Amino acid sequence: MSMVQFLFYLMSFIALASAVFVAATKNLVRSIFMFFITLLALAGLYVLAMADFVAITQVVIYVGGILVLILFAFMLSGKENLNYIAQQQNKFISIGKLPAILLAALFLIVLVNVAINIHPDSLPWIKKSIAYKNYIQPDAAMTENIGVNLMTRYLLPFEAISILLMIALVGAAHLSRKEAKP
Amino acid sequence: MISLTDFMIVSAVLFCIGLYMIVSRHNAIQILIGIELMLNAAILNLVAFGRFDRMANGGQMFALFAIVLAAATTAVALAIILNVYKRYKTIDPGKIDNLKD
Repeated sequence: MSMVQFLFYLMSFIALASAVFVAATKNLVRSIFMFFITLLALAGLYVLAMADFVAITQVVIYVGGILVLILFAFMLSGKENLNYIAQQQNKFISIGKLPAILLAALFLIVLVNVAINIHPDSLPWIKKSIAYKNYIQPDAAMTENIGVNLMTRYLLPFEAISILLMIALVGAAHLSRKEAKP
Repeated sequence: MISLTDFMIVSAVLFCIGLYMIVSRHNAIQILIGIELMLNAAILNLVAFGRFDRMANGGQMFALFAIVLAAATTAVALAIILNVYKRYKTIDPGKIDNLKD
């Protein structure tokens, strides 16, 4: 087993185990901090898939931005919330959660079946890309290429998403402002 | 070199954990975390397949777009959660029932 494979299995184990912990625990604060570990392990997986720029973006936006936002929302929503959570029964498998587990397990079976039966490494376009050497080598520096593509080929989606981001931020600020007393 | 099947299976498991969280939780913030897990599973697939697209970079580019979209959704969703908490004093989606008849 090579080093890359070992790192892949280690990272995916950390990601999946912490995700299971996030789903299983009752304590919301612990769940949020384990989510942090899931996101960092996923950034490691992106590096192993030769997407270093996406990994850095993941760390900056998800870990730095979204997680802090979630923590803020959690802390702003008061202590009755905590009391309510403490009263909940804490079993991963209980009769009330059976439909959810059934749904997730069925989805898992379907998705894993697809992943195995489609043989993704022998899809036609991937074979063609390997034949033309159009895949990313481990020593390639892709950030420059991403920047050029962002300003040429993907300029319209880039502008659209920038406008959408601005609309979302203005909307969030509008939603969360204090109402004036009538 | 890691095969694409491995990436797809990891992403499938992650997706199902997110799905389980969305269906079973009684807390809007945990449902939001479940949605983020599902988005991350999708992004993992995009990135894994984007390795075979060196010139156009389609997979990585749309992974970036998906991350930005997730940030926008989270900001709006958290603002909504705070408003809901202000009005109902709870963030259990099962107890917010003014739209029911």
